[in-house]
Amino acid sequence: MCLAIPGQVLTVDAAPEPWNRTGRVRFGTIEKSINLAYTPDAVVGDYVLVHVGFALQKIDEDEAMRVWDILREMEELQDLDPASELSREQPS
Amino acid sequence: MKYIEEYRNPATAHALAAEIARTVTRPWTIMEVCGGQTHAILRFGIDHLLPPSLRLIHGPGCPVCVTPAGLIDQAVTLTKRHEVILCSFGDMLRVPGHKQGDLLHAKAAGGDVRVVYSPLDALALACREPSREVVFFAIGFETTAPANAMAAHQALTRGVTNFSLLVSQVLVAPAMDFILRAPESQVQGFLAAGHAATVTGVEELEQLCIRHHVPVVVTGFEPVDLLNGILHCVRQLEEGRAELENAYSRAVRPAGNVSALDMTHRVFEVIDREWRGLGILPASGLGLRFEYSTLDAAKRFHLGQPLNGGDGECKGGQVMLGTLRPDQCPAFGVRCRPENPLGAPMVSSEGACAAYFRFRGPDGKSKTYQG
Repeated sequence: MCLAIPGQVLTVDAAPEPWNRTGRVRFGTIEKSINLAYTPDAVVGDYVLVHVGFALQKIDEDEAMRVWDILREMEELQDLDPASELSREQPS
Repeated sequence: MKYIEEYRNPATAHALAAEIARTVTRPWTIMEVCGGQTHAILRFGIDHLLPPSLRLIHGPGCPVCVTPAGLIDQAVTLTKRHEVILCSFGDMLRVPGHKQGDLLHAKAAGGDVRVVYSPLDALALACREPSREVVFFAIGFETTAPANAMAAHQALTRGVTNFSLLVSQVLVAPAMDFILRAPESQVQGFLAAGHAATVTGVEELEQLCIRHHVPVVVTGFEPVDLLNGILHCVRQLEEGRAELENAYSRAVRPAGNVSALDMTHRVFEVIDREWRGLGILPASGLGLRFEYSTLDAAKRFHLGQPLNGGDGECKGGQVMLGTLRPDQCPAFGVRCRPENPLGAPMVSSEGACAAYFRFRGPDGKSKTYQG
């Protein structure tokens, strides 16, 4: 039930009150009208995390890459490991 | 879909699993708090990628599972009133109450029970049907509270008088605290529920680390997210650290979502709440504030205190504390199956027992069962 899914903001409609800030959001092939009141900084093109009809947070593109930083770090550590250096130098 | 597929990349997942295996030198037990994480772990076989000495146990983060049986009885009672339309998230319909059966049977018996995607759909229904009383079964953790609060706030502001909420809102951190205080608890590290943290931020979780000297890693829901969270957690355990780390930073900001928290606190206040299978936990839930009390379905329909009894043979409480794995329950797959559940964890889409049955088969042990 706490599942939230990422979708891309397609439109942001003009709203009389801030709590009615609404827009169309695309999830793969599906489009839905979503309340954007809790993501006041989300604009067209942004990805938001949506739960029960509400965008709860804007997805941060830079932070989204961090898990691959860890993997790169691991690969660099292996490069420093003499055992892995040796294994690479062995003729195949 | 962007932000889903790349986090299901098998090569990335296997690289993280290999690093976890290199890191672990002794037995550790980690609890993932959220039932959505439990289902992802079983569905993608994350537990099978881990070294045998690293054990994942499953937590209480299933709002449907912890909604008291007496409250389900009250919802069923409301469906017997001809003027009431009871709106609920679909997950709730097959969960058995204590004395009154479930909402699906109430619907079959003629009750007007409707499944909605959002609490705002229930509010819109109330506006379309002014001669009926629309009651929304407002269950959930902090993830859902801002949505339910918004529906209440809009109803009051717009003067929608035929809309009310039957509230069962619970809070994640008090349940984690309860688990760590339980003498039988085996938890050495937590994967905290990423989507609740998008709203709450990390402060309360940080306090848990300090209070109990336990590592807490905010974790997402895709295979790469889960393995990344597990790697952060075992690194801390191996190094003797107990810190708050955020392994879901693309969605979770340290301060959470301030406007969502403001609306939640404007409408709700913190109260003691009963958790099905666990009992009454102090300051573990939310109730409507006085200013919004006209929207309280329990008061509007004079429902009184929900009557809660034991759950018979269901050992859901032990399952949610992580002291009993679903397939270790004597009733699992025999007397308790999705078509005839003894308790909520077998039918909720976030219930641990449902995850074992769906992805591991009726004996809970198959590695290849596809449901």
